[in-house]
Amino acid sequence: MKLSASDVEYVAELARLEVAASEKEKFTHQINDILLYIDKLNELDTTGVLPMSSAISVTNAFREDKIVESLGTQKAVANAPDARGEFFRVPKVID
Amino acid sequence: MALYSFTIHELQKKIESGEFSSSELTRSVISRIDEVEERVHSYIRLLKEEALTAAELADENIKAGKIRPLTGIPIALKDIVCTKGIPTTCGSRILQNFVPPYDATVVEKLKAAGAVFIGKANMDEFAMGSSTETSAFGPTRNPWDLERIPGGSSGGSATAVAADECIASIGSDTGGSIRQPAALCGVVGLKPTYGRVSRFGLIAFASSLDQIGPFTKDVEDCSIMMNVLAGYDPKDSTSVNAEVPDYRKFLNRDLRGWKIGIPKEYFIDGIDPEVSEALARAMEVVKNCGGECVNITLPHTEYSVAVYYIIAPAEASSNLARYDGVRYGFRTADVRDLTDMYKKSRMQGFGSEVKRRIMIGTYALSAGYYDAYYGKASQVRALIRKDYDDAFQKCDIILTPTTPTPAFRIGEKTEDPLQMYLSDIFTISANLAGIPGLSIPCGFTASGLPIGMQFLAGHFEEGKLLQAASAYEKNAAIEKRRPNL
Repeated sequence: MKLSASDVEYVAELARLEVAASEKEKFTHQINDILLYIDKLNELDTTGVLPMSSAISVTNAFREDKIVESLGTQKAVANAPDARGEFFRVPKVID
Repeated sequence: MALYSFTIHELQKKIESGEFSSSELTRSVISRIDEVEERVHSYIRLLKEEALTAAELADENIKAGKIRPLTGIPIALKDIVCTKGIPTTCGSRILQNFVPPYDATVVEKLKAAGAVFIGKANMDEFAMGSSTETSAFGPTRNPWDLERIPGGSSGGSATAVAADECIASIGSDTGGSIRQPAALCGVVGLKPTYGRVSRFGLIAFASSLDQIGPFTKDVEDCSIMMNVLAGYDPKDSTSVNAEVPDYRKFLNRDLRGWKIGIPKEYFIDGIDPEVSEALARAMEVVKNCGGECVNITLPHTEYSVAVYYIIAPAEASSNLARYDGVRYGFRTADVRDLTDMYKKSRMQGFGSEVKRRIMIGTYALSAGYYDAYYGKASQVRALIRKDYDDAFQKCDIILTPTTPTPAFRIGEKTEDPLQMYLSDIFTISANLAGIPGLSIPCGFTASGLPIGMQFLAGHFEEGKLLQAASAYEKNAAIEKRRPNL
């Protein structure tokens, strides 16, 4: 086993996901299968290989710091599940 | 012949000459949708009224002589590209009520080219899947056999073209999500080079792999769509400021002097014999076009699925962190505190496959595992890219099957994610290397399922893909069959 049910709980916590009890065992089993398959990569010696993080060679995309028209507050909050005026309302963060 | 069955290039002439109007064409497509959509389920949202209004406007433009490449042509959009004022769900409950305040760049470009949007096509949730079964809005069915999957994640975009519920469509491809459904539904699908088409307004899954591309009925239509879609966009800092050729000029040429690379790693045990036979016939056709088939090797092919299922979930876990129930998207009611709200909203808003991938990605990036997983995968990714660099020293273009098998049955692989992932074995490495790939129909199985083959070329060589596919299409004379719905 690469990871246990409690590892799955821990990862879910990191990802801010709640996993239903009914799903926990299935996820543990399925993610284990996938991680075991991925172990295949250890067959390869990659000493000295530079990791690739982009599909093409890219350089920083600089642009002029010009003021352009922006979305505007009203449109920016229009999709919020709970907006009040210009603000997003959330449950209390600090007691 | 019903108006909906024509191609873009046929329609351009017929609409311009006044043989019929865009309104008549759009009504024909709508009547086809009314006839078959209940069985196929290509769409999450239909835009019938909007399309008829756009078609009327197109007809006025035609009368005024203002004709652009897609004037009056009904096009479907995968529900992953943002459409201003029109809900865009990404196949997920978490975005069920999301109404984008802006258009994706490709949507702006299609509008500017005169396109009529007929609907938002169904897809796997957040484009995570190979069968369109993970959509929160129900599966799409393959028009060639309604008991089978259409492929995915752009399944609805593929079936909408195959079932004549639009003239052409837009999809996105992160590991095969355009090419694999194109192959399984018997249409042409192109994944451009990473950076060729703007990703602005494409809801992000794996940002170093995602790319937008077209589904069409034939190769000429694919070149017309690419002329509209390709090009640099300052709003996407990964789009590349390189000259875009007129893709139509690559049509109707032969392949004399071309070397067609046949990678031995793609012709292995486990490929359906009917797929192998179709590829063998295709190689003969390519030779008749003047090409020479040469054996090549892509030695790290067998590692591409393993690399992909680290890189893509890692990027997804980061990209999907934005769905927190605060600024947009689903928020659950009755929560204890902020963390509880995040967790419950995400639990109820995301489906199983999305949660699974977020967890794999989070695990692969977590302290103590980063080097072993993400670091290692990024190194092997570099080896895969080098395989292609080496191969393109020896050949002009590569020919492979698009998928190891024809369309599988609905439900066949849903309980075994690894088996589902392996169905993308031939398409994933192009995304990892950033190269373009095109899938084109190359025949049918005895039971009548479409088979597709894939051309791969070097970065920004979409023209070569279109030249090879066009030459093949002309010489192969694949029977023009349509699904019997």
